[in-house]
Amino acid sequence: MAAKSSIIARLEKEILPLQGFTKTTANAALDVNLGPMRKAFPFSQFPTGVMHEFMFSNVEAAAATGGFVSVILASLMRNAGACIWISNKKNIFPSALKAFGVLPHHVIFIQVTKEKDIAWIMEESLKCEGLRAVVADIPELSFTASRRLQLAVEKSKVTGFILRQNPTRVSTTACVTRWKITSLPTQTFNNMPGIGFPKWNVELLKVRNGHPGKWQVECVAGKFRHFSIAAQVEKIAHKKVG
Amino acid sequence: MASRFITIWFKYLKTDWVTLRKPTLAQKPFVLALPSHGKLVITATNKLAAIEGIEIGMAVADARAIYPALEVLDDRSELSEKLLKGIAKWCVRYTPMVAIDLPDGLILDASGCAHLWGGDTPYVKDIIARLKLLGYAVKAAMADTIGAAWAITHYSRNIVIVESNEQATALLDLPAPALRLEPAITERLQKLGLREISSFMHLPKPSLRRRFGPQLLLRLHQALGLEEEHIVSIKPIIEFQERLPCLDPIVHAKGIEIAIERLLQTLCARLKKEGKGLRKAILHCHRVEGKIEQIEIGTHQPSSSVQHLFSLFEIKIGSITPGLGIELFIMEVPVVEIAIPVQEALWNTGSSLDAAPLSELLDRIEGKLGPGHIFRYLPDEHYWPERSFKHATSIHEKPLIPWKKERPRPLQILNHPERIEVTAPIPDYPPMLFRYKGKLHKIMKADGPERIEQEWWLQEGKHRDYYAVEVEDGCRYWLFRLGHYDAAKTYEWFIHGFFA
Repeated sequence: MAAKSSIIARLEKEILPLQGFTKTTANAALDVNLGPMRKAFPFSQFPTGVMHEFMFSNVEAAAATGGFVSVILASLMRNAGACIWISNKKNIFPSALKAFGVLPHHVIFIQVTKEKDIAWIMEESLKCEGLRAVVADIPELSFTASRRLQLAVEKSKVTGFILRQNPTRVSTTACVTRWKITSLPTQTFNNMPGIGFPKWNVELLKVRNGHPGKWQVECVAGKFRHFSIAAQVEKIAHKKVG
Repeated sequence: MASRFITIWFKYLKTDWVTLRKPTLAQKPFVLALPSHGKLVITATNKLAAIEGIEIGMAVADARAIYPALEVLDDRSELSEKLLKGIAKWCVRYTPMVAIDLPDGLILDASGCAHLWGGDTPYVKDIIARLKLLGYAVKAAMADTIGAAWAITHYSRNIVIVESNEQATALLDLPAPALRLEPAITERLQKLGLREISSFMHLPKPSLRRRFGPQLLLRLHQALGLEEEHIVSIKPIIEFQERLPCLDPIVHAKGIEIAIERLLQTLCARLKKEGKGLRKAILHCHRVEGKIEQIEIGTHQPSSSVQHLFSLFEIKIGSITPGLGIELFIMEVPVVEIAIPVQEALWNTGSSLDAAPLSELLDRIEGKLGPGHIFRYLPDEHYWPERSFKHATSIHEKPLIPWKKERPRPLQILNHPERIEVTAPIPDYPPMLFRYKGKLHKIMKADGPERIEQEWWLQEGKHRDYYAVEVEDGCRYWLFRLGHYDAAKTYEWFIHGFFA
């Protein structure tokens, strides 16, 4: 029996590179303190060089998603890496990226309104080996389009983030993960007045060869700080009693 | 190598052009006229009118007396310059140096060009024949000097080509006005009986200068080639330029691709040799019927890579309409910069803003979308949020000051702050409730105020008091109050951004 399971484990590992996952070296791995999130991914690493998909409905969630993506971008763009951010309207405040550790002048913003142009730029950018990551607003993404993008990144090892606001149809895509990020009320030290570090509810809806999950994280100095959901529930219960 | 010049004389430039537009006029004598000193004066005649004895400078009334059925059309003062410019551009297919000789001529610097057409005679004949096909009656001549060519064109009946160093002999029999002299000088020569050039060519120079002024000597020497004469080309000569004439007119995209590739290969080889890279290139496609199509590319970094530049042109090939065919391709490189050779690295250092693939990618994007879509931001020394960053002018520009991160700034910003309704305790507390897009938000936590004053030297107006607020469901907003609380209640509240 033991032999059988080890064979299966070995075969699974052989399948992963075929599906576009490669084990990144320690140097290239993200240092964002993934914590319990680690268990969701193959090789216990945040998958780089693949496509990630983020769903959100309103502008508040767009900001939260942007924040989460920026934390990962900051880690991807270490050592003066560059990234392209394609959007259909001018809505990102460059100075704010600095708070998440991204150097705003290393981000090249491209603003286009036509979806066809966005898709073309996204694909061309993902093929470009001079980049670390590409972020794009693509609300409607068909399976074929996502497949093209995924094939492009598998060759160039650029990480792609697709931000989808209010998609009319949510179908299967070739993206490796699908996320949903929403804001959570922040916490301050000793419940002092004011707003604390940005805090998000992170839902990993889909992940290829991994385990979807749900976490609560805070962004502190460009790294994640995790909260256990159980503890949170307990705290609220405690408050009610008091 | 001796210089060779061609002068072309359009005898009926304006009337030929009018005939082309109104073919019915071809069979009638007609003139163009402009009002001058209260009467209509003829400024151009066609051939038939000239045969009737009507001359330029006559009053229309006099001309009507000679030929009552004369057709008179309005002239425009800049017409001939415009027409000559158009024809000069067309003539670029024969030589890169073409100048306009007002009012009715062109000067072509044909040095080293004629052999491409198989010698002087076929070259000049081709020019005359092609211009005739376009509908213009022309006379042209070729000589070592502009003066000699001009004289032959205007005053000789048969000679078309003056062999090298033969201009003195060719000029002998021509009348004095052939030297492009002022009427006063010609008149004086006439009075003295010096009708032909041969009659005064060998007179001593001091006496010529004393009697007729310096112009006669200058013109004579220019015609003989003793004095240099320069022409101003309609197009400045560009150092990096390649031409590719085609035997058969090109009508297919594939043919254009091959042409671009060949032109780029020779150009890039030259650029590489001189350690330069191009920043801008223009491809002119001269069509058979005279129209010129052009496409233009630009790069973010000096480049001499055939493959990359070709990929930029490739995007735009679709915008060329070949019409009946393209017979000449000219690639011009107006902007060149010194290219710093890239140091070969043993390992790929990965990505950075300096990486060549990135700037090539941006070139392609800009080539497809046009300018105004790619932005890079640098911090600017302003607190006012809208002015706190500026556009970077180049991909290599580095920030001069660090990005500020002391104060919270929202990730998503509204281009124009939007009015909101707010319930707030005065004087300086953050609001308790606000309504944005019809939804009521109850504020749980807030930071602020952060007062940002107007920069009075740039813009007048009220200051802003910014608050970062968090509402019940955890969403965070950036609100501000414009102005102070006051009894008149002139203050207003706005929403400006969304925190992550």
